[in-house]
Amino acid sequence: MGRSQEIYIRAPRFGNINRILGKAVLYGVVTAMTLPIIIMYLWLFMQSVSEKVLIGFIPSGFTADGWRFLWGPVKFGEVLLPPIWPITLNSLIIALGVTGIEVSIALMAGYALSRLRVPFRDSFLILIIILHAFPGITLLIAIFYLLNVMGLINTLLSVIIAKAALEIPMATWLIKGFFDAVPWDVEASALVDGCSRLQAWYKVILPLVKPGVAAVAIFAFLAGWNEFIYALTFIFDPNLYPLSIHIIGLIGEFRYVDYTLLAATALFYSIPPLVFFVITQKAFMKVPLVGMKGA
Amino acid sequence: MVRVKLDGLSKYFGEVKAVDNLNLSIKDGEFVAFLGPSGCGKTTTLLMIAGIYRPTKGRIYFDDMDITNIAPKDRNVGMVFQSYALYPHMKVYDNIAFPLKLKKLPKNEIDRKVKQVAKLMQIDHLLDRYPRQLSGGQQQRVALARALVKDAYVLLMDEPLSNLDAKLRILMRAELKKLQKELEVTTIYVTHDQVEAMSMADRIAVMNEGRLQQYSTPDELYDKPANIFVAGFIGSPPMNLIDATFREDSGGYLVDAGSFKLRLEPGMGEVVKNNLTGQEIIFGARPENMEIVEAAEDNTIEGTVYVLEPLGRDLIVNVKVNDYMIKALTKPGVNLNPGDKVWLKVDLDKIHIFDKKTGKAVI
Repeated sequence: MGRSQEIYIRAPRFGNINRILGKAVLYGVVTAMTLPIIIMYLWLFMQSVSEKVLIGFIPSGFTADGWRFLWGPVKFGEVLLPPIWPITLNSLIIALGVTGIEVSIALMAGYALSRLRVPFRDSFLILIIILHAFPGITLLIAIFYLLNVMGLINTLLSVIIAKAALEIPMATWLIKGFFDAVPWDVEASALVDGCSRLQAWYKVILPLVKPGVAAVAIFAFLAGWNEFIYALTFIFDPNLYPLSIHIIGLIGEFRYVDYTLLAATALFYSIPPLVFFVITQKAFMKVPLVGMKGA
Repeated sequence: MVRVKLDGLSKYFGEVKAVDNLNLSIKDGEFVAFLGPSGCGKTTTLLMIAGIYRPTKGRIYFDDMDITNIAPKDRNVGMVFQSYALYPHMKVYDNIAFPLKLKKLPKNEIDRKVKQVAKLMQIDHLLDRYPRQLSGGQQQRVALARALVKDAYVLLMDEPLSNLDAKLRILMRAELKKLQKELEVTTIYVTHDQVEAMSMADRIAVMNEGRLQQYSTPDELYDKPANIFVAGFIGSPPMNLIDATFREDSGGYLVDAGSFKLRLEPGMGEVVKNNLTGQEIIFGARPENMEIVEAAEDNTIEGTVYVLEPLGRDLIVNVKVNDYMIKALTKPGVNLNPGDKVWLKVDLDKIHIFDKKTGKAVI
């Protein structure tokens, strides 16, 4: 009896050691993988507030000089850079425009593909994936031509439309999966309870696919915010440039690279997506998807 | 609240005839069960009545009004789904209030009705919770409350008890039946559980492969099954069904199953003879109409005890008769052991004979 007790006591101890060891290895690997990224962001931050960084990211001499673009135009070499706020607004308009168009169309298209009997649905879905494999840049000239015909060249709308159009298929794919997960019974129940098809869609189904809406919205916002090549191609007026192009202007002249300014601007550039992410996260992720027994 | 009439109702999914030419009428305030194995078309029929599916052919009437092409939202039916289909993002109160809000009822009236039905369903203390915070039984009550709150013309239930545990199911069976009688709401109840159908419904529509097999009261289904399918489906343990031939023999009538022969009363034999298309029959007898005797008697079936299944109140004796296994129901306490030789005395007034070719009952 003593023996079996001994084993009984010892066994979990080994288990504990194994578990701790396992966790240590896991955390070690994850830390090693994320460390370079963390160090890079740390460098970015330190560089933006110090005159000079030593050995990687140790700051020396605090300065707010890098952030001077926030309160006035910046003279950069011989060039006077446009003020940052209208540029930021341009980026926001593009990002929110892409988000708005992409989310609203993807929500309807995803619902249709999930619930209605659409001819050639499966081939259509496969086609979307195949088309997505081609880089968007291959369409650059064709899109330019179309936008020119439509008289949209050199407007923010041109970038919004082009970007949204290219992102919608994938967003539709994504959101369709969320619609698929909503049980038919719940929708049928809404119809029986007195909803029209449209009412059932927005009163019952949409609240249940909020996490999907959030996912699509975040992707769309990032796509619009990060957009560079279309903005560079379709927009000629520097006043309409988004932030992504503005930053390029900062490193255009190699002789004068002001790393403090560049780091501060880059950091500034990365804040809105983070804010957007946090907002959508909070608003959308708290959704009870359980509570439908047997579904 | 209303009479329901299904007139030649059919639903085809491509080549598959899910429901084929269904005709039946349901009286005002009647409790009707659609009973059948899975895939028999009972849920499809229910969804057509709810308006979720559009019939391929046929019409649906509420009283004298043809509602075949009316949208589900305008039919004023209440429905309880097998999965309950509660709205997970709404609290219990809002779940129940949802149909009333859509009807744009005044707020205080909605409040009054929700509280009234919640009290009736004994869930008035749960109104502030989300569906995920409820047990299966509570969710079921919420679903029922939501279906009842709008004073629906017809209450539709799709296997509402199948997700509950056995004890709760039996409890809810009685409660649902009482509630239905109190509210006098025309109710259609879909189930594959014959006990549920038998115990609750005024009338049962037995369906198989999209077709109506028989539509009558529980007693009649049990005592006078219209065909082999109904005979085999209703009753537990099921009716013994044995292949046999029917023939005249020296002035009398014989059921010959090869391993045993039973002589019929002349009157009954005449009826069988007149209604039969050939000689091939299926002979049917319920286990409780088989008496076990321990000595050879005239007109009995000889066999050996194969296995005993005690059920507490009853005892099922499986008797092997050559190739057949016949189940007989008796009271516990008899001294039987596997291997014993026994004779089965059939209550000949209560046997069933089906025409093998048509499947229909002859007597």
